[in-house]
Amino acid sequence: MLKALDDVNLTIEQGEFFGLLGPNGAGKTTLISILAGLLRASAGKVSVHGHDVQADYARARQLLGVVPQELVFDPFFNVREALRIQSGYFGCKGNDAWIDELLHSLGLADKADANMRQLSGGMKRRVLVAQALVHKPPVIVLDEPTAGVDVELRQTLWQFIARLNKSGHTVLLTTHYLEEAEALCGRVAMLKAGRVVALERTSDLLKAASSHVLRLKLDGELPADLASRARVTGRIAQFSAHDAREIEGYLSAVREAGLQVEDVEITKADLEDVFLEVMAGKTSSSQAGNSWRESAQ
Amino acid sequence: MTGWKTLLYKEVLRFWKVSFQTIAAPVLTAILYLLIFGHVLEDHVKVYDRISYTAFLIPGLVMMSVLQNAFANSSSSMIQSKIMGNLVFLLLTPLSHWAWFFAYVGSSLMRGLLVGGGVYLATVFFVEPHFAAPLWVLVFALMGAALLGTLGLIAGLWAEKFDQLAAFQNFIIMPMTFLSGVFYSIHSLPTFWQQISHLNPFFYMIDGFRYGFFGVSDTSPWLSLFIVGSALLAVAGLAVHLLRIGYKIRG
Repeated sequence: MLKALDDVNLTIEQGEFFGLLGPNGAGKTTLISILAGLLRASAGKVSVHGHDVQADYARARQLLGVVPQELVFDPFFNVREALRIQSGYFGCKGNDAWIDELLHSLGLADKADANMRQLSGGMKRRVLVAQALVHKPPVIVLDEPTAGVDVELRQTLWQFIARLNKSGHTVLLTTHYLEEAEALCGRVAMLKAGRVVALERTSDLLKAASSHVLRLKLDGELPADLASRARVTGRIAQFSAHDAREIEGYLSAVREAGLQVEDVEITKADLEDVFLEVMAGKTSSSQAGNSWRESAQ
Repeated sequence: MTGWKTLLYKEVLRFWKVSFQTIAAPVLTAILYLLIFGHVLEDHVKVYDRISYTAFLIPGLVMMSVLQNAFANSSSSMIQSKIMGNLVFLLLTPLSHWAWFFAYVGSSLMRGLLVGGGVYLATVFFVEPHFAAPLWVLVFALMGAALLGTLGLIAGLWAEKFDQLAAFQNFIIMPMTFLSGVFYSIHSLPTFWQQISHLNPFFYMIDGFRYGFFGVSDTSPWLSLFIVGSALLAVAGLAVHLLRIGYKIRG
């Protein structure tokens, strides 16, 4: 049997902004779907504020606001109707004041009476976020909320989510945009083939990995032994280095290979570099347990 | 509103917003049946020796409309939500399987009764209204609509594409309805086909319903009540079970 998730053990603290990263097919959406009750785990246990997502599903789901990855909508209703209906499912009566606030905060106020079919992709995405938040859940789960949306919405969305996080909401985020995770998440877990391969504070993860990136533009091809230690894109070679000595070592190796450096850039490593290192198995990190459990206490 | 009432409201709003298609069209279809069959057969067929063919046809057509529309409502709503992907909005809620059941079946029941009521109102122009036992009319309309609404829910959960749902509707629901005695009394059939008709649960729904209009029927209304009630309990039990285990909707 194919294992989508294996031996994942995570505890997310209340009020955290937590990032779940990994390449396509790593198991991020599977993990979130199990948390949300859309899928059942074949083994293990997941709970939200102590409420098991299977045995005590009603309470667990009441605490969760999930923004699904797919851009789905109900074509029969307009934006306000969709939000009122979603409120009602969670037993929220007289919720119009909060609905208005959500519409305003997400830049949807002038679309309240528009049918869902008439909205652009970005606007539909905003409605998905509003639908997830309509019952004021203490735990917000966003599954790639900015996939394929414009810069303006990303800004609006992150400002709003950051504000909710500051007011005490726990946020669990999966994203392909690593700069978003770096900017927002206090802690990240990296998943690879269903297993947690890194679980650290974002700042520690950045420190633990190679701290510098040396980027060279060369006039020819790197010899194989050097190329295997670099990320090569055309004539640009990128090396990870911990300190100045290591940088100097790469530079002299390039000179010895008889190559001319046309341009050079040394930058601090960002989460993308760490991510690539972790996925390539170069950086190890604290991880694993024998059961898996998610809790946002 | 509590959760299940919101879902019921949403399901009713769904068909109400397209009521030309979901209510007016089936009413018109039934009236066309009545005009055409009534016109052709009125002078040739008498049923139970005293009832005109048009009068006989009316309860059958009303019940057929109730049943087909109750089925169409829950089945099409469920499969549309599955295929569009918006069922996720419901899957993420704390609503229980009972809430789903009562909302989907309740809205189907309402659509079935609205269409049935519309068909009946239109027939008042052709035949003077008369109920020999109105309580039976109500009981069979409610139970028939609930039974088909539940079957529609099961079909909607089971089907993965519109084609499968159409097969369920056209190869099971339609023949069973048409062969249940909507257009004829089964006493006019050869003995063998009479016996076959007795195996069709739809026959009992229409026969019991017709008893409420004329005070006569092909079989005892109590037997029909028992059979329809048992069938309703059985399919309701199955539907609630499928919802509880998340059959084809939760992986």
